[in-house]
Amino acid sequence: MTLSVRIIACLDVTDGRVVKGVNFTDLVDAGDPVEMASLYDSEGVDELTFLDISASSAGHETTLDVVRRTAEQVFIPLTVGGGIRSVDDVNKLLRAGADKVSINTAALQRPELISEIVDRFGSQVLVLSVDARRARTESGFEVTTHGGRESAGVDAITWVEKACALGVGEILLNSMDADGTRAGYDIGMISAVRAVSKVPLIASGGAGALSDFAAALDAGADALLAASVFHFGIHRIGDVKSYLSAAGYSIRTPNNS
Amino acid sequence: MIAILDYGSGNLRSAQRAFATTGHDVQITSDLDVALNADGLVVPGVGAFAACMNGINEINAADVIRQRIKSGKATLGICIGMQILFSDGLEYGNHKGIGMWDGVVSQLDAPILPHMGWNTVEITGPSRLFKGIEKESFYFVHSYAAKQSVGSSQAWSTHGEKFLAAVEDGALCATQFHPEKSGRAGLTLIANWSAGL
Repeated sequence: MTLSVRIIACLDVTDGRVVKGVNFTDLVDAGDPVEMASLYDSEGVDELTFLDISASSAGHETTLDVVRRTAEQVFIPLTVGGGIRSVDDVNKLLRAGADKVSINTAALQRPELISEIVDRFGSQVLVLSVDARRARTESGFEVTTHGGRESAGVDAITWVEKACALGVGEILLNSMDADGTRAGYDIGMISAVRAVSKVPLIASGGAGALSDFAAALDAGADALLAASVFHFGIHRIGDVKSYLSAAGYSIRTPNNS
Repeated sequence: MIAILDYGSGNLRSAQRAFATTGHDVQITSDLDVALNADGLVVPGVGAFAACMNGINEINAADVIRQRIKSGKATLGICIGMQILFSDGLEYGNHKGIGMWDGVVSQLDAPILPHMGWNTVEITGPSRLFKGIEKESFYFVHSYAAKQSVGSSQAWSTHGEKFLAAVEDGALCATQFHPEKSGRAGLTLIANWSAGL
């Protein structure tokens, strides 16, 4: 009876299709989100995340439909992020079948949005997505916007502490330096965020070798998110789980998936 | 027919789809007559204990649950829907629950909260719900839980401390985890529950 490490597959979705770029540029189409969600579920993934990177409101509407169709056939937790700016946006996604939402830029611009969402739906629905990189700030890490291209002018550790105080239920920590490199998670950044937060921590950005997943857990992550290593078949979900299980971590092995 | 009680707790669509996999007709309803007479009633719940109890009290659903149990009609509480079946809850103050079971729902003593993710259970007593899925993992999202033994069969889990993950007590059953989000194991539990309807 130990809580299992969660392996999360992230699908970047725009206009109803899955894409994943290296360092957020050079996008490559990798398939139909509903089909991929179903495939990952059958392979034993513990959770799914859709990141809606659509630029238009029509794109966001399409995502609602993708969420609806996914929730109809996939019975594992689904988090949706990207373009969420209001309580009403959250309500629409939850009603479409999302279990959690992740917010990022909108919370930076207006931190009260965190408390508004938490008051209405509870902290368990709210994931704070932090796009951070190494920089000369107080902690050595700063928050970025626009897919890591611009500084938000906020120290990453200070921001995490503030968001936790406002009630976020979980933190998704994306290393913008490591994202897409497959050179390993940013271990120092994970440790630094772990040290100031008591909510579950999802590590994201940089997963490459199987040992990278274990290193992130040792640094304090509760869950591991990856995209391209799964989408391009470098590792199957089962490979990561077998590796972690052999290394002594508690993982979920559904016997009938 | 399975009724899912709608008392303002948000998204019930995925629960509806999950229970519909049993082949039963599934209705989301806040109509007390429908809730009272359904073959099976599911009491979901998200958010805080007090907010859920306010929702229950607003539509006077506590009496429906009591009447159903008196007449032996299957009723299943999920997550906060399990917690409010207890007599007391300590989330954001001291609040009265429906009181089907004596016990206090209190915060888990764990370094990381919420308890979020997949965990296994240990079953005590004869279980119908967990038949064939005794060793499986189930999806939990909560910071509070009941820790006293109630009912005829219990499933226990641990996060920082031992807590009640599920209860079977005649017509009244409850799970702290989300069977509708627990993959195939969860669908099997739902099928086991509805097989008695």
